[in-house]
Amino acid sequence: MKNTSEHLFEYCLRLGDTPLILGQRLAEWCGHGPILEEDIAMTNISLDCIGQARAFLTYAGEIEGKDRTEDDLAYFRNEREFRNLLITEQPNEDFAQTMLRQFLISAFHKHFYSELMRSADKTLSALAEKSLKEVNYHFRHSSEWLKRFGNGTEESRTRLMNAMDNLWRYTGDMFDMDETDKHLVECKIAADLDKIKTLWNKSVEEVFSEAGIDMPKDVFMMSGSRKGKHTEHLGHILAEMQSLARSFPGASW
Amino acid sequence: MKSKEEIWSILETIPDPEIPVISIVELGIARDVQIEGDKVVVCITPTYSGCPAMDAITHDIREKFAEEGIKNTEIKMIYSPVWTTDWIGEEAKKKLKAYGIAPPDKTSTDKSLITGKKKIIPCPRCGSDKTILVSQFGSTACKALYKCEECLEPFDYFKCH
Repeated sequence: MKNTSEHLFEYCLRLGDTPLILGQRLAEWCGHGPILEEDIAMTNISLDCIGQARAFLTYAGEIEGKDRTEDDLAYFRNEREFRNLLITEQPNEDFAQTMLRQFLISAFHKHFYSELMRSADKTLSALAEKSLKEVNYHFRHSSEWLKRFGNGTEESRTRLMNAMDNLWRYTGDMFDMDETDKHLVECKIAADLDKIKTLWNKSVEEVFSEAGIDMPKDVFMMSGSRKGKHTEHLGHILAEMQSLARSFPGASW
Repeated sequence: MKSKEEIWSILETIPDPEIPVISIVELGIARDVQIEGDKVVVCITPTYSGCPAMDAITHDIREKFAEEGIKNTEIKMIYSPVWTTDWIGEEAKKKLKAYGIAPPDKTSTDKSLITGKKKIIPCPRCGSDKTILVSQFGSTACKALYKCEECLEPFDYFKCH
């Protein structure tokens, strides 16, 4: 049985790893955006994500009490120790997939951080308030693109629907609650994901309706991020992200 | 040993690395000063979580303090209360505008996120209201990119936050 502090460490890893991996994915667009403004937008969003990840991972290190820094946690953990949501590690593919992924995650974070702001843990509550301000921009930006894809050309709509086929099955993973979530919800530290799911569904439905697309039918939902069971993509991301820190430990510039 | 007031005056001479016309005090990044024995503790807060200027600001504070003979400095990053553009005073807003950056409104007057209505950002160069949003994400995390349809110049807008 884990105690509250161990659960909190686990929870902070989830809060940190999700924006870390999403930020790393978005950064892959740097210099490759379809237009200059989007290149800047995606890297700006990436920067917000990395900033959020740093704060949550730093706090995770403090809770754990083993002197691990944000860098130790980001660069020296293996795939199975990562707790990011499965959807964050899915490939960028085309711009439609990147924006749909962003939208589904930002809609989640918008409600999640609003709820976490009321956490009994003062640090989590402050970081949630900070992150929420940023996520509101991400949500609005990605929503606007979804409406353009859906109401745009046959090509844009087809690409959006292909992305939906790829990504929708990873949305269930966002709302899985394990013993850590349940324990911390009881302590009034964590956000109740059942509640978030209802709000998320509503936001997603609203934007989909403006984009002229239907909510996808029920599909088999992938899960596993709570236990560190990832899709094949995470290993590749980590190989790239961690190679320098692992080849030259302690390197600085 | 310097007094708190003296420390604040030193901080007021440190410009923001990305917007050098205003200081880190005017921007609301330097939040608190405490003196603990021979140690000076400065609390700073980021504008945006990922603001890459925070490392430069930390470095600038240490360097400036060293010049002033303060050897023992601790810089703490705090996240609460959360940074807002409401902390930027009227004087600093004038400096931003003169520098070519449209200053932020009060957050309480910005309902655009809720109502979805576009708000009018006057051009900092010619004052025209005929401006359009090019991108919500500009040259730095805290700014959006606008264009004036009157004088045709692009300009940065300090986002209400």
